[in-house]
Parts: sequence; C-alpha cells; structure tokens
Amino acid sequence: MVRGGLGTVGVLALGTYVFRNPIRRQMAGFVNTADSPYLGNTDTPIIWFEITKENHVVLHSPKVEMGQGTFTGLAQMAADELEVTMKQITVVHADTASGNIDTFATGGSTSISSLWVPLRELAATMREMLKNEAAQKLNVAVSELSVSEGVFSGGGKTLTYAETVEGVSEWQIPDTPPLKSVKEYKFIGKPIARVDLEDKVYGAPIFGIDADMPDMLHGAVVRSSKIGARFKTADTAKAENMPGVVKIVKENDFVGVVANSLIEAENAKKAIKVEWETDKNWQTADIKAMLEVGKGEPYVIQKEGDPEAFFKDAENTIHSDYWSPIGAHAQLEPNGALAYVDANGATIRMSTQVVSITRDEIAERLGLEKEKVNIVPTFLGGGFGRRLHTPNGMQAAVLSKAVGKPVKCFFTRKEEFQHDTFRPPTHHVLKAVLDDNGMVQAIEHNVSSGDVAFGSVIVPSIAAPILGADLGAWRGGMIQYGAIPNFSAVSWRVKLPFATSWWRSLGLLANTFAIESFMDELAVKSGKNPAEFRLAQIQDDDRGERLKSVIQTAVEKSGFKDVVNNGKAMGLASSTDANTPCAQVVEISLENNEIKVHKVTCVMDPGLVVNPDQVRAQCEGAIIMGISATLFEKMEVVDGELTPTIYGPYQMALMKHAPKEIDVVLLQGADSPGAVGEPPLGPIGAAIANAVFRLTGKRLREMPLQLT
Amino acid sequence: MKITFNVNGKSHSIDIADENTPLLWIIRDVLNLKGTKFGCGKAACGACTLHINGEAVRSCSYAIKFAQGKTITTLEGLGNTENPHPVQQAWIEEVVPQCGYCQPGFIMATAALLEKVPNPTDEDIDKNIINICRCATYYRMRKAIHRAAELKMEQTSLEAQNT
Repeated sequence: MVRGGLGTVGVLALGTYVFRNPIRRQMAGFVNTADSPYLGNTDTPIIWFEITKENHVVLHSPKVEMGQGTFTGLAQMAADELEVTMKQITVVHADTASGNIDTFATGGSTSISSLWVPLRELAATMREMLKNEAAQKLNVAVSELSVSEGVFSGGGKTLTYAETVEGVSEWQIPDTPPLKSVKEYKFIGKPIARVDLEDKVYGAPIFGIDADMPDMLHGAVVRSSKIGARFKTADTAKAENMPGVVKIVKENDFVGVVANSLIEAENAKKAIKVEWETDKNWQTADIKAMLEVGKGEPYVIQKEGDPEAFFKDAENTIHSDYWSPIGAHAQLEPNGALAYVDANGATIRMSTQVVSITRDEIAERLGLEKEKVNIVPTFLGGGFGRRLHTPNGMQAAVLSKAVGKPVKCFFTRKEEFQHDTFRPPTHHVLKAVLDDNGMVQAIEHNVSSGDVAFGSVIVPSIAAPILGADLGAWRGGMIQYGAIPNFSAVSWRVKLPFATSWWRSLGLLANTFAIESFMDELAVKSGKNPAEFRLAQIQDDDRGERLKSVIQTAVEKSGFKDVVNNGKAMGLASSTDANTPCAQVVEISLENNEIKVHKVTCVMDPGLVVNPDQVRAQCEGAIIMGISATLFEKMEVVDGELTPTIYGPYQMALMKHAPKEIDVVLLQGADSPGAVGEPPLGPIGAAIANAVFRLTGKRLREMPLQLT
Repeated sequence: MKITFNVNGKSHSIDIADENTPLLWIIRDVLNLKGTKFGCGKAACGACTLHINGEAVRSCSYAIKFAQGKTITTLEGLGNTENPHPVQQAWIEEVVPQCGYCQPGFIMATAALLEKVPNPTDEDIDKNIINICRCATYYRMRKAIHRAAELKMEQTSLEAQNT
C-alpha cells in the first residue's frame, strides 16, 4: 500500500518500492502456475475441419508440427469427438488465408494442453452440426440418428459425412454439446503411431527447405560474422557480373542476391563487400564479467519468511556458485523460406513457430494488408524455440518482390550458429543455512541471465516494465521446497550484446542444474539421504504432493542408492515446470575419465496423457538433449564472433552418448493434459552432477561438466 | 561438363557449368529428390547421407564431377510404403522420428552398415552411426537398428529358401 501524500517524496519512493515488488512477486507466482490459454478462433468448426469427398476429415492445425507429436495428439482428440477413425483423419498446417490463426505461437509445451478443451468442443460441435443436416437430408429426427466412423444411421438409412455436406453452403452452428467422458475415449490415451511417420521414413518433401515452385530462383542474404554489426554500405560491383546472378537487392538494413541456383547465389554473396559498424570486439571473458550476480538489475520473484536475516551469520551460511554457457539451438533444418510476391499479394512457405507474427511482419514490410499475405507453414526440421522469430520470411519476400519471381533462401550452417537466438549464459549464487536437525532453515537462489522472453516478438513489450524479471530466464528458478520456512529467489537481468531467447525449456535447464545440485550439497552437509532430505521439505499442497509422488516413484523404480556400487553411482534431481513435476535418477560411471550415462529413470506427472508413446518419446529426446547440454555444448565469444560455427566443434551428444536404458514412468495427478515437451529437460543436469559427486567426490558447478 | 550417373535405377545425364557443385544440390534441385537433406554443407552432420556404389557418402561434400559412372541410391530408392526396406520397416515399428529432418541420413547410414555388418553390436552402432539428431531420438534408433538387422536377416533367409 502506498502511504503519504504527494510531495512526501521519500515516503513515496519507499512506498513504491515496497508496493511494487510484492505485486511483481504475485505476478511471478501467477505466471509460474498459470495454464496458457489458446489464443485463436475456438468457435467456428468449419475453419478447423474440412470433409473430403472420400469421407475423410482434414484438420487444419494452427499449431505447427516440429517433432513434438502435436499433430498426432490433436488427431486423437478430434477423432474421438468427431466419431471417425484415425485413418479417416488427416492433419495439415492451417495457412493464414484459412483464417484459422493462432495469434501466439507454437511453443511453451502448450499445444495439447491449451487445445484440450477448445478442440474437442469444436469437434463435438462439428459432429452435431453435421448430424442436424443429416437428419434433414434423411428426414429422420436428430434423436434417432447414431453415428460411427463418419456415417450417420437412423430410420434404416445411412448417410456419410461427405454426403451430408454435399450441396450445403451455409451452416447453422449449434450449441456446444457435452464432451465425452474418459470411459468413452477410443483414441485419447492410446499409444497410437505418429500420423506423420510414413512421410518422415520415406522422405516426403514436407519441410520448408523442400518447398519448390516453377520458375523459382535462389536467394542469399549477406550476414556479418561479428556480434552487434550494423549494416552500413555494400559494394556489389563484382557480384553483379557473376554467373547466374539475376539481381542484387539493396535495402536499408540488408543486402541480398538472387541467382539461378543456390550455389551461384552463395558465390555471388561472398563477392559482395559489406561495410559493417561494430562497437566492440567481444570476448567470452567480457560476457562472463557482465553476467556475475550483482551486476544486472535484480527482481525478487519469490519470498517467504526472512532468509536475509539468517545469511547475516556468514560463518554458517553455505554458499555456492554455478554457471551455464551460451547454448545454440543447432536444429538440423536451417531457417529459410520460399516467398512469392506478385501483384495479388504474397505467399510464403516456411518453417516457423510464429505463423501470424511472421505474416504481420511481412505485410508491414511490403506495405500490404495482412489478408494479402498468406503464410503456409510446413513441417519444421526442428524448432526448440529457434523459430519463435523468423524475419528470414520477410527477407525472402523482399527478394521475391524485387525480381517478380518465387525466391527460396535459407541460412548457411555458419550463419545458423552465429545468428542464433541463443540460450543465454547464466550465473547462479545459492545460499543456505541449516538448522540443528540438518534441515534447511533459509535458502536463496540468485540467477543472472541474458533475456529470454523480453525483447521477443511473442511477448508484448509492456511485459518488461510490468514484470521486471524475465519470465523465461527465471523459469525453474523458484524454490520448490515450500516447507522450508525462509526462502527467496532473485532474478538478475543482464543485457547481452547478442540475441538470446527461447531454447527448449528456457531457464529450467540451468536453474534446476543450480538449485538441485545445491540441494544435493546441502543433503551431503546434513548427512541425509538426498531423496528423504528433499521429500521432507516439500509442502503438503496439491503441487507438493505431485512432486513428492514423482520423487518417491523415481526412487523406487530406479532402486536409488546413495553409494558407489561397482564403479557406478546414481544421482537424483527433480523439478516442476509449467505444473508438470518430473524426477530423474541417473546411473553413471567413468570411462577414460569421461562421464558415461548408463541409465535414466524418468518419472513425470503431466496429468492426463493423450498419447503415452509420444510423451515417452518426448522424455527420451529431452533427456538425451539435456545430456548433450550438460556434458558437451558450449558457444564461445572470440574476437567479436560467436564460435564454433559447425557441428563437431560445437560438440553434441551422439548415438554413443545416449543411455542404453531409459525407463519412463508416467503418473497422472490431474485430469487434463499438462506440459510435456520441456519439463523432462529440468532434472537431468543436476542428476548427472550429483552422481558425479557421489562417484568422484568432485562437485562440478559449471556446465558443460568437465572432470579435468 | 557432361556427367552421367545412375540414381535409384534410372540413368541421368546432366550438363553442369561448375563441376565442383555438391552432388546434394543436383539430387535435390535438379533431380527433385528432396529426401536427401541439407544440414551443414561440411559433412559434419550426416543429414545428406546417400549411397554411392553401396557406400554411405555425405553428399553435401561430394563434387558432382566424381559421380561420373556411379550408381547412387537415395532414400526414395531404398524403399517405399509397398516395399519398405527393413530399416524403414524397423523405423516405423519403433516410431523413431520426431521432427524427422535428420532421419533420412540415419536410415541411409544404417542401411549401409547392415550390408557390411548384418548383425551389429551396440559397439558397432556407436562407432558407425555418427550422424546428428537434435531431437535426440538415439534411444529408439538403437532399438530400430537391432530390429532392422533381424528383419533383414529374416528376409535374407527367406530369399535363400526360395532360390
């Protein structure tokens, strides 16, 4: 509450400080537990579903498929309410011209959970709408009609969905009928094979980079290798006369080339001499110095009791620093687009997680109405957050407009590595005081990070001044042990000189690595079993009980032991991300002084599971991606350039690093689906570091973990 | 320069100005076979793996001039829905792909491995299958590789009985 009148500046200033922080903390708490709603049309079934002559249903998905299995889950949800078989339903990407537009993005592990109710309601409404029409056509009362596999029956007659829609141009959308109960599901909850499986095994041209058009030309955009370089001028004289060059396109902010073939475009691009303006030759050490906790802007995101009071006793305060590096997305399909701009408008085929934002960006740049720009999303050759801003669509459109023909262009691998929107590096300072029984009396987590959500096109710019702390950077950064009497979490915002943004699971990976490693340190200090130590300090509410269940189950299933056995040791960690708790136990050994992960037991509670096989696949992939980040991945800044710029030197997990055993156990602590794709990335880093400590006595506090 | 080679059982003759053009772009942009993917352009990721005279080759770093007279197989030539290659069959049984982009390269690398090592051990797999999958589907891939070996051996013994 703000006390004091105008003019009492001192009081006001204090009042503002006291006032704003609890509000921000409340908002942070809300963001931490809120479900993300779907932001798009949820009441017009006819823009979601199309009935073909073959009596198939085509579901136009406003969410894109980037490997997470969303198309399969959506098909299962729709098929159950639409009364069709899985074979009768096909899922395609909705283009923006269809009007079925998600104004947010595909990301945040929200596709299934946010569409869980709206999509089933749309499908059920569609079924009733068809039923009303069928009743008229068959001259049978609606109540006498039954439906199975896309065919209505009643009064001794039958009518397929295809026959029902024939000749009808206007539809009366009925009220939403009640949805089916769990017992009535035929497909939801079943391990149905991915709907895109065959396309992906037989090499169908489904990705952005595979798109072609007749008369298509190839484009290339010149990009600087230096951090913070601003485009000034370009000398294109030599490039203009190179073989195959159709046109050099000079804009205020970039220069590009259009040529007959990709190789000719790339060759000409190399011949363009661009003058760039840069401020500084950045080095890794500069970045690390900026990042230290205490340098950026602090925001208290969580506070209970008075932890500060305990840390005054410096002698008994346990203190540890943790670090994580700059991470690259390194998705296999480079960013690119095929654009065709003519007098009627623009059509852009591309891999993107932000379909509507890309459309708006292109419309603005070309000076077109939004309706004149059609984004046709393709399957993504990996997303992981890399495609939550895709200005390359705009660049392809500008090149196409300049030559009046379709132009396809995409990033080279070097450009992908240097112009990534990286996972920001982090520094963590953890402090704690134990009581006489060895339990935590007070704990504090400080995380300093480059931006994740702030500055991103999917987060309104108003969010930064309102929230203060970057909701992406602190994801996973709150203390989840609510039974500890005094705890706090502080997020420090640092502006880095290169783009940092969403990387699958955001801050969860680094924050959980730091907090859960530190919890292990505290368990060791107190001489307690790491599992029991954790369980005793989790609160008894619903969130706490679900977390306890995954930890207990992980301990049972893995046979977790706090000892070294036959050269192998186990490590445990847990996290709750977007309301999905996950605990993992790893079993490791050292081979030639390298950390080798043999087995991972992963227990996760994402609520109701639409497709258990795909949820398992997400866990398996996230675990190995997490192993990759924990043991190998790291970008450096050398003489103003981000490096390395190729796979190999940017070391990643390969087949030989994948555990031979991954045991995924799914619990259901909620009756609707929750987040799946990101939560299993939380515990893995700390679980490995904790196992390494058990095995070697060395506490590794910097990712990637290195023993020497 | 004129270069003649065979792709998926069909002979192709192309005229090309730059003989150092990577085979990958001829396959993708001239022959319009998009199953072979571009990942890095430096033979570092394996997304562009195809077979040249039965050997797994990373086609992004293989100049077209060397393709003269060679027999090339791409994913499209390996099998199809009616007649899947055992590796493709195993990939479907184990539901391996996630985003799917790197999978053609892995399938081609695995198919080539099984020609040389019909029943690979985990160690054989670790040594020979060194492509990159960012979705990290390695766990299922390993199962699928063992399953593909089984399927292929069954197929081979059936063929032997029939002849």
